[in-house]
Amino acid sequence: MSDTPLSKSDQPGTIARLLRDGQVRAVLAQLFVVGIVVLLGWIGISNVLENLARQNIASGFGFLDENAGFGVNQTLVDYDAGSTYGQAFWVGLTNTLLVAVLGVFLTTLLGFAVGIGRLSSNWLVAKLCAAYVETLRNIPLLLQIFFWYFGVLKALPHPRDSIALGEGFLVNIRGVYFPRAVGEEGIAIVLFALLAGIVATIVLSRAAARHLLRTGQVRKIWLIGLGLIVGLPLALYFVLGQPLGLDMPQASRFNVKGGVRIIPELIALVLALTTYTASFIAEIVRAGILSVPKGQSEAAAALGLPNGLTLRKIIIPQAMRVIIPPLTSQYLNLTKNSSLAVAIAYPDLVSVFAGTTLNQTGQAVEILGLTMTVYLLLSLSTAGFMNWFNSRMAIRGRS
Amino acid sequence: MMLNWMRANLFSSWGNSLLTLISLWLVWVIGSGIVEWALIDAIFTGDNREACLVPGAGACWPYVGAKWNQFIYGRYPLESQWRVDLIFAMGAGALIPSMIEGMRGRRWFVLFLLLPFPVITYVLLTGGMFGLAEISSDLWGGLVVTLIVAVTGIVASLPLGILLALGRQSDLPLIKAICVVFIEFWRGVPLITVLFMASVMLPLFLPDGVVIDKLLRCLIGVALFSSAYMAEVVRGGLQALPKGQTEGAQALGLSYWQSMRLIILPQALRLVIPGIVNTFIGLFKDTTLVLIIGLFDLLGIIQLTFTDAGWSTPQTHNTGYVVAAFIFWIFCFAMSRYSQRMEKRLDVTGER
Amino acid sequence: MSLRQEILRLGLGAAFVMTAGTATAASTLETTQKNDEVACGVSQGLPGFSSVDDQGVWSGIDVDVCRAVAAAIFGDADKVRYRPSSSKERFTALHAGEFDVLSRNTTWSLTRDTAQSLDFVAVNYYDGQGFMVRKELGVDSALELDGATLCINAGTTTELNAADYFRTNGMSFEAVTFEKSDEVVAAYDSGRCDAWTTDASGLYSNRIKLANPADHKVLPEIISKEPLGPAVRQGDDQWADIIRWSFYAMVAAEELGINAANVDQMKSSPNPEIQRLLGVSGTMGEKLGLRADWAYQIIKQVGNYSESFERNLGENSHLKISRGLNALWTEGGLMYTPPVR
Repeated sequence: MSDTPLSKSDQPGTIARLLRDGQVRAVLAQLFVVGIVVLLGWIGISNVLENLARQNIASGFGFLDENAGFGVNQTLVDYDAGSTYGQAFWVGLTNTLLVAVLGVFLTTLLGFAVGIGRLSSNWLVAKLCAAYVETLRNIPLLLQIFFWYFGVLKALPHPRDSIALGEGFLVNIRGVYFPRAVGEEGIAIVLFALLAGIVATIVLSRAAARHLLRTGQVRKIWLIGLGLIVGLPLALYFVLGQPLGLDMPQASRFNVKGGVRIIPELIALVLALTTYTASFIAEIVRAGILSVPKGQSEAAAALGLPNGLTLRKIIIPQAMRVIIPPLTSQYLNLTKNSSLAVAIAYPDLVSVFAGTTLNQTGQAVEILGLTMTVYLLLSLSTAGFMNWFNSRMAIRGRS
Repeated sequence: MMLNWMRANLFSSWGNSLLTLISLWLVWVIGSGIVEWALIDAIFTGDNREACLVPGAGACWPYVGAKWNQFIYGRYPLESQWRVDLIFAMGAGALIPSMIEGMRGRRWFVLFLLLPFPVITYVLLTGGMFGLAEISSDLWGGLVVTLIVAVTGIVASLPLGILLALGRQSDLPLIKAICVVFIEFWRGVPLITVLFMASVMLPLFLPDGVVIDKLLRCLIGVALFSSAYMAEVVRGGLQALPKGQTEGAQALGLSYWQSMRLIILPQALRLVIPGIVNTFIGLFKDTTLVLIIGLFDLLGIIQLTFTDAGWSTPQTHNTGYVVAAFIFWIFCFAMSRYSQRMEKRLDVTGER
Repeated sequence: MSLRQEILRLGLGAAFVMTAGTATAASTLETTQKNDEVACGVSQGLPGFSSVDDQGVWSGIDVDVCRAVAAAIFGDADKVRYRPSSSKERFTALHAGEFDVLSRNTTWSLTRDTAQSLDFVAVNYYDGQGFMVRKELGVDSALELDGATLCINAGTTTELNAADYFRTNGMSFEAVTFEKSDEVVAAYDSGRCDAWTTDASGLYSNRIKLANPADHKVLPEIISKEPLGPAVRQGDDQWADIIRWSFYAMVAAEELGINAANVDQMKSSPNPEIQRLLGVSGTMGEKLGLRADWAYQIIKQVGNYSESFERNLGENSHLKISRGLNALWTEGGLMYTPPVR
């Protein structure tokens, strides 16, 4: 810096002093970095514009209204070959969300089970769970997806020799089929009863929990809950004359028609994502439980609480505070990893939009930009939700 | 003795006994399945697919034997494969001593790995210098590419990650903002979109006439992606250091960069070695994604061999996947064990 | 080369960064001559068109186009650098200058010729989209495929043609689309789909990857026109001419009965057409900016179109595809070359 030529009006002494001044240096350093970032951005963008112009490639989002013209094999929103690229985008997005939600739900169950299993007093169970974790988390996810899709599901029979698992449940290489419930008159009442039963059971169990805290007595409410959730709606269902029709899957010339179908791509993807992510969640859960001081479970035992209740009421709630932050990042990983769908033809966002649509239109910048933005938003909103959940779970001071 | 142990650990209650029986059944089903497939029903000899077309055959091992060279070297020319072997030997020769704590001259091995080694590797692999035949990167493949992508990704992301972590910890609001945005962006998007970006979007960002090799484009994408994760790992190390360290450095009159270089980073980086190894494991597994953009890493090459009509049998796919899984597993398992050991060591030193 | 390019080269390692010529700085021919090789974009492996063996040697009729260009420019058909690209990145890569000629079973269409800014210089294989099914399915016509599941390669004209065909005929289908053609084959082979649709040539050439090729058959319907040919960037007409005529020299040689074996004798042929083609008389090479014996070198080293076809796709290959539309016009096909004069 000292040999930078200075203009005559500047006094060298002042400049040198200014440069030594921490605040001035901070401002200069920031301007310098911002300058570099802006410069890089400018060079990049000007190159893109120049290249696009030279190559005559269209730009802008006008293509979203153009006819897509390709078929997709799983659509949760209205879509056919006559729809637009914009609609294809929504198809991809909803399919991604479906995998993410299913995956997060299932992997949480499996991950907690394996994590608790690793700490089991049963030697064999603990070792099995450990083997599960060490095997699955050290094998690339993509390989596991291929394994399930091209290895395991490939062994399923052709549609003509479908395996029938009871009335209306079919399994073949094209997917798993089961009857679609078609509601008739009166079904709303049954569903309402079911909902009411669930709500009532939750209220009851909370009351029982308070009762337990106050008196130390365990109230068995599961029988009442069962009656409310299963018994009442079932009784109503028969009273109202079974207001539910079934649309049975039926073999036709090529495929099974009717009923609900789960495509094998979805099955393979969810299976792989679930089992892979569960191996990480299991470790997180184990670490969380180990972080709860041993005195806690000893105290619970001294109070005479049964093992399961200790785990549910004492250990897990405390462990959750350690578990939630890393669990959040596993949920995010699962969501992002669902993009590997592109390798096995599951029509997720990357496959339908950043794959097919990009290939047909060639508008790489717009399409990849939009795709990345969607994932960013998903990540940020999941992280935001889990932060909120975490703050709710945090230890609150006693009043 | 044995009986007592079993009673205590396997059959302590009715529920436990049931669990034990279910577990035993699981172990039997999985274990016998594996043994049957990999050993009893497996085919061990043969020159082509005919050998493995026996009904009810298990693994097709001769296929692995026939393609093993491709698994490791891809399509790298046979007569030049000694160059790859030499790199492997040098890498292993320097890596092992540099992983052992208390090894004399350890610092030199690490220094060799970080500075001259990448240059030597580059020269040996590409050739075109010192009388070595030039070998285009289209021909690289197999485990070589897997290792190149993973190692380059981690080595290149380390300095960038450190800078980003320092930037995120910095008091300067603009720098902090830039770093936060950069880190959160790369952490928020899936690697596959980054690779798509590198393969179809990056060329648009370059001036007309400049072309970057596909492998290098992919490496740039991977390095940017992993630098964000690396930054978070390093940040963890920085936060774990007691504030007294920075204050002490300031009291000694050290400048920001001096205190970082001499006091803070050496300690923080030592703390985060397990984190770095874990990031590396993740990256190592993620290298398989490059096959989606048409590079042939280990898994990509194995998939490529499936298309060889001379070896297409019902068991070729499974055999190939199992081999790939086993190779990846060995690498990842060994590294995770190493990182767990480091973690324990660091814990002990922390408690002094 | 601009300063920015210099810096990039230094920073990124010279062997990884190729500074390709641009229309303004140097013509494609000049850069090619400077690099001493033709940069040729090929597929990632489609037997018969462009595929690579275990030793890294490329072959196929698309590869032969590039070899012909190299023979015409350098007199050495081996001076080609092959750059495999996926169907997704092929156009980006051509525009970016990663290679100078895209010879990769690419369909010539209006959009690609205009909006994607390409120049298709010739058709080296007339193709059409077909369907492959299992014999046991008992289907004899594509019109019986209502309700069937199709395995398709994503991002190709194939995908759109199939949708159009089914819609036109009032049929429904389910598409299972894969990014890579090998995955399409694997999924079809596993029974995931009833039918597999792609260019008929692709059906034949990938058929050998199936576990039991004899269990499958190709349906008679061809539902689209797929003229496949080499393409270059728009804007360098001399380069386009060189590719176009390097290919046509092979067709002309077949028309005139010249092949690799007899080309030396043919040099002394009294036929003026042959004399012009082989550079014995006239200045055809000069007009292209090439050596006088450009076509001689192509025929000597690569062969005529018939030789290339039979070697890679026809009787002398394991694909056994008949000439069909790709026979000479004199034999009921579409192969026809403008006069070399």
